[in-house]
Amino acid sequence: MPNHTFPPQVIADVHALADLGRYQIRGFGARRAVPNFDDLVFLTASASRYPLEGYRESCETRTLLGARHGAIPIDLAIPITIAGMSFGALSAQAKQALGAAASEVGTSTTTGDGGMTDEERTASKTLVYQCLPSRYGFRPDHLRAADAIEIVIGQGAKPGGGGMLLGQKVGPRVAGMRALPEGIDQRSASRHPDWTGPDDLRIKIEEFREATHGEKPIYVKLGATRVDHDVKLAVAAGADVVVVDGMQGGTGATQDSFIENAGIPTLAAVRLAAEALRELGLEREVQLIVSGGIRTGADVAKALALGADAVSIGIAALLALGCNRASYRSGPVDVDVTADYAKLGTKPGECSACHTGACPVGITTQDDLLAQRLDAEFAAHRVANYLRALTMEVTMLARACGKSDVHNLEPEDLAALTIEAAAMAKVPLAGTDWIPGAGG
Amino acid sequence: MDPVIIDAARLTTRQINANLRELPDGARAVITEPRGRHNLAVGLTNKIEITIDGNAGYYIGGLGDGPDITVNGFTGWGIGENLMSGVIRVKGSVSQSAAASAHGGLIVVEGDASLRAGISFKGATLAIAGDAGNLTGFMAQAGTILIGGDAGEALGDSLYEAVIYVAGDIASLGADARFSDLTEDDVTAVKALCGQAGFTHISPEDVTKVDSARQLYHFTSAHASAY
Repeated sequence: MPNHTFPPQVIADVHALADLGRYQIRGFGARRAVPNFDDLVFLTASASRYPLEGYRESCETRTLLGARHGAIPIDLAIPITIAGMSFGALSAQAKQALGAAASEVGTSTTTGDGGMTDEERTASKTLVYQCLPSRYGFRPDHLRAADAIEIVIGQGAKPGGGGMLLGQKVGPRVAGMRALPEGIDQRSASRHPDWTGPDDLRIKIEEFREATHGEKPIYVKLGATRVDHDVKLAVAAGADVVVVDGMQGGTGATQDSFIENAGIPTLAAVRLAAEALRELGLEREVQLIVSGGIRTGADVAKALALGADAVSIGIAALLALGCNRASYRSGPVDVDVTADYAKLGTKPGECSACHTGACPVGITTQDDLLAQRLDAEFAAHRVANYLRALTMEVTMLARACGKSDVHNLEPEDLAALTIEAAAMAKVPLAGTDWIPGAGG
Repeated sequence: MDPVIIDAARLTTRQINANLRELPDGARAVITEPRGRHNLAVGLTNKIEITIDGNAGYYIGGLGDGPDITVNGFTGWGIGENLMSGVIRVKGSVSQSAAASAHGGLIVVEGDASLRAGISFKGATLAIAGDAGNLTGFMAQAGTILIGGDAGEALGDSLYEAVIYVAGDIASLGADARFSDLTEDDVTAVKALCGQAGFTHISPEDVTKVDSARQLYHFTSAHASAY
């Protein structure tokens, strides 16, 4: 009889903790099954709704962000952005490839803990500069060089916690940028050093506006926990854009127990955030970016239908770069690295060993030899392809729902396949008009 | 050249900062009637001299990379936060998180500093004539902090490579901070800093040096009780 309390994975986890004497650290996001966008389906057009011609009629994807307080808005060709990932967690080549891909398709990338690299600024036509609690590598000249500023309060993988960058990834360049001793296990702060509550945050946001002539949109990023309150406080503090990162959001390295047990699913977070903005009368005026486990164009379309103005992708963008592939491209040749995955105790398709810095395909590493395995130009081509494919999927679904703009997708276009998803997304269970929890 | 007078009572913060930004290197400006205004003289890169004639609010001189600023009064949170260069001198006392994450330059506080002065410090110099509150130098990575009076609880908690000198008493040290022997180089550095700051009440040979024990740089289970 299977043991549901102590299945083999739990037994292995207990053994690992007993061996280590501390929590386990890994990359990626939550692995556990939680209600997600797969639990929703579109109610596309039929007799009561008219579809647009899939290959003939246009469907707008342009996305404007951040004009609320008169800043120069971020003008994106597609509603899919690249989430903040640090140089440090990622190699310089990986950051450069993401920037090149985003620029090719007309979207933005985001810096991360540790600051902005010249390669990233050059590669990314539109670059969002993060201000994190650690302030590693945070520089006013980079603030001015950015196109928007994102104040990070929390992250879906570890809301309430700081980042980690283990010593093997704190090489000379990373250490220099962060003003840290080389090779130490860097554990980032979880609170900003110069403000605490939302009243202080309002002044902090004003400081950034003063320092940038009011030209840069200010995003505030939240890990999805008390979403309703947090979104309203971020807006009250002056955010032009609110970014909400659900529990499936990824990380370069943090405690496994944190990843799996903190925050709420993206599916629930997006609707709560959208409703918070609606209650404030600021829907569409303050834009909502949602992230955390976005993988497909269908996920993007469902997030937009539930109220997001755009989404951010992190892990999916890394996968498009080549993360978890069995080989890397060297000129015309694919070089198999399955053995390198095995050295990390994992295999292609299952790897989350980002924290080790020994990434077999050269993405999450600071080892020069490993980093050279990533052909930035080739990887950028793949990411651009992926972003184009996602966009095609979104517009395909939007047209089928009769929408000439992907931002016109709405909750009424959706039904849920499970009671949990119906309750979280606040759309009817398929085949019924029942929304659990609605109507008291 | 006579200083430019900027009457804060008649201008928005954006207008004040825009006026300051337009001044040529070498110019002087006096901001009158600040009345606790936040975000004065932030993000400036020109090499000018600014006097704020009264009490001011949060983040005065923050993100600065050029100007020298004197405040004839007290200031709120985050004086000189993320400073890159220049000298900020506060004639009175300062509230929390003075010089937070400052990379360069010198911040002189002629009065006392509240909690967490020098938090997340990244290479600047902070000189406090009077007392400093709890958690001064919290997670300070690089740079020098001089306290002319007493230091509160958990001084230098989670220090990296920053060094703290204290002339008065220390209530307690934070995690991974330690008392360290004062060398001749330290005395010379403190003497020079006292000269820059204009502090005459400190005997450089008698300060207490605090730096990092570097026991928490690498993560092991043995550290669980240290936090």
